Amino acid sequence: MNLLDKKHRGFLKDPLMDNNPIATQVLGICSALAVTVQLQTAIVMSLAVTSVVAFSNVLISLVRNKVPSNIRIIVELAIIATLVILVDQVLKAFLYDISKQLSVFVGLIITNCIVLGRAEAFALQNKPWPSFLDGVGNGLGYSMILITVAFGRELLGSGSLFGFRVIPEAAYAAGYQNMGLMVLAPGAFILLGLIIWVQRTIIGTVSE
Amino acid sequence: MENLISLFVESVFVNNILLAYFLGMCSFLAVSKRVDTAIGLGAAVIFVEVITVPVNWALHHFLLASGALEWAGLPDVDLSFLGFISYIAVIAALVQLVEMIIDRYSPALYSALGIFLPLIAVNCAILGASLFMVEREYTFAESAVFGLGSGTGFALAITAMAAIREKLRYSHIPEGLRGLGITMLITGLMAMAFMSFSGISL
Repeated sequence: MNLLDKKHRGFLKDPLMDNNPIATQVLGICSALAVTVQLQTAIVMSLAVTSVVAFSNVLISLVRNKVPSNIRIIVELAIIATLVILVDQVLKAFLYDISKQLSVFVGLIITNCIVLGRAEAFALQNKPWPSFLDGVGNGLGYSMILITVAFGRELLGSGSLFGFRVIPEAAYAAGYQNMGLMVLAPGAFILLGLIIWVQRTIIGTVSE
Repeated sequence: MENLISLFVESVFVNNILLAYFLGMCSFLAVSKRVDTAIGLGAAVIFVEVITVPVNWALHHFLLASGALEWAGLPDVDLSFLGFISYIAVIAALVQLVEMIIDRYSPALYSALGIFLPLIAVNCAILGASLFMVEREYTFAESAVFGLGSGTGFALAITAMAAIREKLRYSHIPEGLRGLGITMLITGLMAMAFMSFSGISL
């Protein structure tokens, strides 16, 4: 069996554009926006979410035939919460400053709808390897939106990328000002709305 | 007493859990199509928040925080890493209870809320309120008020949004923007409006 034939590549690729978890499936917006003021936190958050989705999909897929369906939500939540605790401890050990900035939002990965949504919609019906790919794909689709939003917010809001100033002094001298709105909550909503508009214009309208 | 009132006002308007911290967006976007279901969900969220935040406060202070097990003769034990899994267990159990109560007394609301009732368990707003309570080190009274305030804030935002979306049906929106896109833009405008409360201090 080829591990990366056409069908399996589809599991990885579809969630990136056509079936993006945030823009098309409307999952996981909850924690997505709060960490996007800076690129750095957005990337750490993306990695955390991608690893949790991938491994929770694998574990849930492994136990899918052993768990009675009426208690499956509790089992899934227990698996996800355990993985999130692992991620949280790793972040606290190696990236303490960033884990302070992310504050409660690491814990909130538990209730990130993407994780539970993919477990319910995919991992419960599929073998571990496709589930892993689906998890990675959805994690990357989520990361893509997150990083795009963070890129826009940090560039427009603070005039910097990864903490380095990219807008030249001369622009400020000529009267350019940072867009304070982008640092605040409304900026994130509006930017995401516009990204969704672009994405839906490209792939065609989605019926809701 | 004064600081409790100002905490309540602050958590409803200034630090609205939905519009300032982005928590609970999933159900906010999905259930805000009709005003009556939005009010139902808002009420359920307030109810669950008011109970779970103080219960999780007790759990944190008497079982999980570092040194909290002193009453059991175990002053060196720090179980705070078990926080996430215990809070979510409390929330899931309580949501199950609310589901049974609504099913018994208001079957119409039960069917209107549909899948989003069990999904309150994974509503970020509820776990988020418990996590904020731990991080900001609220007292018991403060945590109860904070639960009420953040639940009310969520209910207010989702009801207002549902009212706007009911009117929105009559307007002509560019094709790619229909549905999720325009909803996010309106949410942004609402968040801006709520920010104008930030000058208020009691």
